[in-house]
Amino acid sequence: MRYEKPTTVEAATALLAGQGARVLAGGTDLLVQIRSRILNPDVVVDIKGIDTTRKITKDTSGYTIGAAVTGAELKEHPTLSKDWPGLVEGANLIGSTQVQGRASLGGNLCNGSPAADSVPAMIAAGAVATIAGPKGTRTLPVEDIMLAPRKLALTAGEFIVSFKIPARPAHGGDAYLRFIPRTEMDIAVVGCGVALALDAGGTCTAARVALGAVAARPLLVEDGAKALIGTKVDDAALAKLEAAAKAACKPIDDKRGTVEFRIDVAGTLAKRVAKIALERARKV
Amino acid sequence: MQERVKKPQFDVVGTRPVRPDGVDKVTGRAKYGADLKMAGQLVGKVLRSPHAHARIKSIDVSKALALPGVKAVVTAEDFPGQPSEFIPAGEGVVNYRDMTSNVMARAKVLYEGHAVAAVAALNEKTALAALDAIKVEYEVLPHVIDEMEAIKPGAPILHEDMITTGVTPAPTKASNIAKRVEFVLGDAAKGFGEADLIVEREFKTKAVHQGYIEPHACLASASEDGSAELWVTTQGHWVVRAYCAKLLGWEIGKIRVTSSEIGGGFGGKTVVYLEPLALALSKKTRRPVKMVMSREEVFKASGPTSGGTVKVKMGVKKDGRITAAEAEITLQAGAFQGSPVQPACMCAFANYDLENVKVVGYDVVSNRPKVAAYRAPGGPISTYGVESVVDEIAEKLGMCPIELRLKNAAKEGTRAAYGPKFGPVGLIECLEAAKESDHWKAPLGPNQGRGLAAGFWFNIGGETTVSLQLNEDGTLTLMAGTPDIGGLRASLCMMAAEELKMDVSKIRPIIADTSSLGYNFLTGGSRSTFSSGMATVEAARSIVKQACGRAAKLWDIPEEAVTFEDGMIRPAGENAGKHKPMSLSDIAKVAGKTGGAIVGYAAISAQGAAPSFGVHIADTEVDPGTGKVTVTRYTAIQDAGKAIHPSYVEGQYQGGAVQGIGWALNEEYIYGADGKLQNAGFLDYRVPVASDLPMIDTIIIEVPNPRHPYGVRGIGETPIVPPMAAIGASVRRASGVRFFELPMSPPKVLKAMKAAGKA
Repeated sequence: MRYEKPTTVEAATALLAGQGARVLAGGTDLLVQIRSRILNPDVVVDIKGIDTTRKITKDTSGYTIGAAVTGAELKEHPTLSKDWPGLVEGANLIGSTQVQGRASLGGNLCNGSPAADSVPAMIAAGAVATIAGPKGTRTLPVEDIMLAPRKLALTAGEFIVSFKIPARPAHGGDAYLRFIPRTEMDIAVVGCGVALALDAGGTCTAARVALGAVAARPLLVEDGAKALIGTKVDDAALAKLEAAAKAACKPIDDKRGTVEFRIDVAGTLAKRVAKIALERARKV
Repeated sequence: MQERVKKPQFDVVGTRPVRPDGVDKVTGRAKYGADLKMAGQLVGKVLRSPHAHARIKSIDVSKALALPGVKAVVTAEDFPGQPSEFIPAGEGVVNYRDMTSNVMARAKVLYEGHAVAAVAALNEKTALAALDAIKVEYEVLPHVIDEMEAIKPGAPILHEDMITTGVTPAPTKASNIAKRVEFVLGDAAKGFGEADLIVEREFKTKAVHQGYIEPHACLASASEDGSAELWVTTQGHWVVRAYCAKLLGWEIGKIRVTSSEIGGGFGGKTVVYLEPLALALSKKTRRPVKMVMSREEVFKASGPTSGGTVKVKMGVKKDGRITAAEAEITLQAGAFQGSPVQPACMCAFANYDLENVKVVGYDVVSNRPKVAAYRAPGGPISTYGVESVVDEIAEKLGMCPIELRLKNAAKEGTRAAYGPKFGPVGLIECLEAAKESDHWKAPLGPNQGRGLAAGFWFNIGGETTVSLQLNEDGTLTLMAGTPDIGGLRASLCMMAAEELKMDVSKIRPIIADTSSLGYNFLTGGSRSTFSSGMATVEAARSIVKQACGRAAKLWDIPEEAVTFEDGMIRPAGENAGKHKPMSLSDIAKVAGKTGGAIVGYAAISAQGAAPSFGVHIADTEVDPGTGKVTVTRYTAIQDAGKAIHPSYVEGQYQGGAVQGIGWALNEEYIYGADGKLQNAGFLDYRVPVASDLPMIDTIIIEVPNPRHPYGVRGIGETPIVPPMAAIGASVRRASGVRFFELPMSPPKVLKAMKAAGKA
């Protein structure tokens, strides 16, 4: 096994185009999988030597967050938690305090688990990935990146450099909740992210609803957004959201939960998350 | 925190000094099972069965042995065959044929993770490569996991020679039922005839693991001269020595076993897995061999406790007097017989003073790892069923659950269904304390409920040796042989200090190895503070007697004319005041000139262990949208007899309660249709983490055990007995639904609440 730490995007894509190469960001999934003999890559390409993967920048169009920025760094950023608290909360649910010092948005997405905590919050926030590859750079919405467990829409040599998060709307709020049987150190049985925007009168003008761990990939629930847009996010709208969330689920029975349970909890969480997002939108 | 400790009549006992093993544990200096290294040591690894049930057709180790760096391989052929015979061992029995077949599969593998071969190599990478290179040819057989499936006609049979014992006439065909046990008191049928209300229920519990954080680990070094040393994390190194000697055919006296610090055992470190393999590999290679299990191996190959099915039927009069009680308890033994069904039966109705009882138990093998002891083995399983039924009876009669229990509580003179008549016991005191507690009276919030349950454990004594040496400067060294799991060394030093009227910090304890001290049975059965404490008191009194003898010699007066008062050796009677009193320290300084070293030694078989009763109160809140149960408040009340070091008594109450909370809410062995364990790790085998729990409040009740010099009862096991029923009763009130199956995990709770229209 070879370890490489390129300092340019071009060098990284060249290494990644080879056989048996894996991207190393925080390593909180990759190293565990190597040690437990699930993966045995020929080359480990550490992307943290590339500046843009490690930076958060802010301008009028929003934030650009490097793919290897850690959960702890997201939390410590002076304005990100105020603008996109749900996104930061989702990322901060990954692992322990120690893991937060390493785990990244890029790694959490590219590990390819439908239960990744930061992904529904990113989808709800409208995050778009900037992908570098041998043929140059392209962008792809986060909801289109993971196709199935461990399967991504990235081709050989491609890796995510950063995520673009739009500027928060004037009266906008987001939130993320997950269900786990305990209080920490666990993997989502259901995860839900909601971002919404209100007009001056308190009517919902835009919404994005995302679910994790209820299908082979994280879901953007368009009918959930429709249930909220044009309403005051009242009980009737929340009931429609609950129904839409439940209808979108295509879960499996496994050791972490049954199909029936995941569908029910997706509905419960969607309502709860929308209420938190609503409160946040009303306060700004 | 409320405390009901009586006014201290002691100087040291009942206080809370810093534990002597504390500093090294918090700095990381303490040496656990995997911490010792020896020059030239090899790494040992075990090849384990991928199948739940299969016949081993052949094992070819030649490719593994040919790998550079691989030094030896052992298989079942390296261990002599053993006859099937049952040898009493503490709270249970052992069978060496089963033990040797469990540490290394013979002819058949009986569960996923069953050891098939072990290798020793220069490093871990080579050892793992060697495992991959061993070729095992299996004939896969049908398997059975669930105990109720295993007893059905036509179920795959694990042992072709297993004829159920305890049944007359003896069956003629083999089955998976190893034995039937029965305890009867009075006439249950007659008692049910007198009842105004009969409640009959069936409960299911899942196999749960002890969950010790430290995995099994050892380092073995066998010498060319036939002697051997073993460093191991264990609850009983004399027991490890005996088991290894037997399984290897070696002499006991040639094996020296040292117990490391132990990172949790809870009963699971009372058996051997790696130890005989490491010794055999060391003998073959003439090098030290170190073996450490992975977490996955701990879950798949070391003992969980049984899951089981418990049927309970109880009859009561309208006034709450229980007229009859019956239970049928079927427990998983794992791949070899020996589930804790007997103690499960003994505990079932022990909380109550009953005239008519019948308890029947079945010990059932299936394709799971062999169960090992787990804190009050069997007691929590039967008690969960019985206490849940008692709670339902209280609800149906409209009685307070405490009043119902007070009306029927076991007390001094109660004849337990399993035989003995109780001496002074503290159940009524625990129930009264519960009734008077702030917790019982506190208001509850929405979606919250409160439940209560009682529990019992009988506790044991047994073979125990302690040596106490008075050093030249008056300090003391205490050698005990029961590994210290929960503050034992602190408690023993306190008892010695109490006897010798000296500063506890002047006594330095160690857990001695098997060649330095006489035989000690293991730390189990809540016996170590009781038994080693009794031996310590005897050893300390011997020191006093010897010191008085030395003073008599110096003063040239008869020994009877010397007394020990307030920590000083004084001339008494007509000699009073004629000589300057001497301290133990003064005597220590002249020990060499007055007859040599002063050593107190006690080798006893401790008798008079007394049961401990406990009562737990649990508050839970149930989320009607997700079915998640959160424990919001918890109080553990228990009779300690006498709390030597109250902090470690509280620690035992809290630890047992927490393990019970895990058992009640989330912990379970989950098997796939392929007979393989799906959650062999702490991610999906969910023990509670600190943030899942409220502070566990404790109330120590002290009804002294008259058969111990300080009144001590064993207290380590009882705390895991009441929690599941207490939480079940609490969830019943919080959710409106009564559950009959553990764990009460969110999918089950939500589904049941939906069905009942409560979600």
